[in-house]
Amino acid sequence: MLNSLRDLAPIILVIAFFQIFVLQQPPENVFSLMIGTLFVVMGLTFFIYGLEMGLFPIGESMAHAFARKGSIFWLLTFAFALGFGTTVAEPALIAISEEASEVAAEAGQIATNEEAMEAYATGLRFTVALSVGVAIVIGVLRILMNWSIHYMIMAGYIIVIIVTSFAPKEIIGIAYDSGGVTTSTITVPLVTALGIGLASSISGRNPMVDGFGLIAFASLMPIIFVLIYGILI
Amino acid sequence: MELIKELLSLFLETMLDVLPIAAIIFGFQFLVIRKPIPHLKKVLIGLLYVLIGITLFLLGLEQALFPLGRLMAEQLTDPAFIHGAESVVGAFDWRDYFWVYLFAFAIGMSTTIAEPSLIAVAIKAEEVSGGTIGTWGLRIAVALGVAIGIALGTYRIVTGTPLHYYIMVGYVIVIVQTFFAPKLIVPLAYDSGGVTTSTVTVPLVAALGLGLAETVPGRSPLIDGFGLIAFASLFPIISVMAYAQISEFRSKREKKKRRKEELRNTDRDRR
Repeated sequence: MLNSLRDLAPIILVIAFFQIFVLQQPPENVFSLMIGTLFVVMGLTFFIYGLEMGLFPIGESMAHAFARKGSIFWLLTFAFALGFGTTVAEPALIAISEEASEVAAEAGQIATNEEAMEAYATGLRFTVALSVGVAIVIGVLRILMNWSIHYMIMAGYIIVIIVTSFAPKEIIGIAYDSGGVTTSTITVPLVTALGIGLASSISGRNPMVDGFGLIAFASLMPIIFVLIYGILI
Repeated sequence: MELIKELLSLFLETMLDVLPIAAIIFGFQFLVIRKPIPHLKKVLIGLLYVLIGITLFLLGLEQALFPLGRLMAEQLTDPAFIHGAESVVGAFDWRDYFWVYLFAFAIGMSTTIAEPSLIAVAIKAEEVSGGTIGTWGLRIAVALGVAIGIALGTYRIVTGTPLHYYIMVGYVIVIVQTFFAPKLIVPLAYDSGGVTTSTVTVPLVAALGLGLAETVPGRSPLIDGFGLIAFASLFPIISVMAYAQISEFRSKREKKKRRKEELRNTDRDRR
């Protein structure tokens, strides 16, 4: 509880400072503000408790179980399903793909009717979800094969730069943003626990070096896939 | 009453979001692994806590911080606030937007500190590194990166320069840093780019970007409003590696100093 309050203090300070000194107006209904802040503090406290009790252990125990089972096929299938499944229903992604369809319609890439826009938004959503699935698979393969993350990320950056120069201007901003919105509050702890669990159950892997990195792929791959989607459509 | 209704509907919504994840986990657990989950009861209670936590968190944000944050983003980007009472048509200077940059920096920093997914990764990082990477060190390094990223992103919207040049320069910095940063930190640094932007940061930052793109003359919200999140996920990579480089540099210097002192001491002893 106290920790959560400390986590939130900066936001409250920033808002208070700008309200009082810059905009110079008292905020309306202070009461509902305080109730809201209390909810946020309680929510954060619950979340962190649940994290250590539920999300982390289940991610790690599944990683151990897959490692013991020794079936790479099932592990990769699980990795893909986890990446795809957690992303396709992500509210932030649904919102951003709708906005993207508006941009595309405005730019004259697709027809400005409801149907075309919806088809575009759905296509984009599945593209991003697919890319996150592929990203987690690549990330898990990296842990298994002990590939170096440096060169993989660099190669990713180079692909992004090359694809950017062919992509229509309107899609670039959305593509770059889509890398950031895919990883939600539940996906991140789960995927992190999976990576660390895998790295610690395979001998010769250092969880610090090999366990992290899955999220990195999950936020780089959508950029590439969305840019390609923009070129193709 | 209204509040309880909203609480319930939010809880249902969160459940729906979590449903596919739960289906995947339990599906694989029962069909492929075919072993009971260890401490099943505890894990289920933990998952329930996560659900309750996210629900309360979102409800509180919707109640208190988001409306205020959005309102402030609107007010700060309002031309009447920026140019004073007399509105100058056409002529504007990027320096007029000083408060916007400062707000962008401050809101980026403070929302990142409270970001639940970053807290999760920081807890794991401290655990795995055996305490060498403290939760607060990592969180502050990431928050600084987001703050600088978003401030620069708002500057980009005001000046209207192309996004991909900034991103490419950022990539080059990341690649160069990768070669010099301590090997242990690199994967974690890459990850920290992705974890910064979720529940708290995205809505507030998006409001700021959209507000700016709407009010700055010559910008279209549809094209220029995007891109802030990209900045917020690139700059933490740089700042986390920089944090590791600085702490490595400092510990090296200290070691050197200690060795020198030791040498001096042994010299004196010999004499």
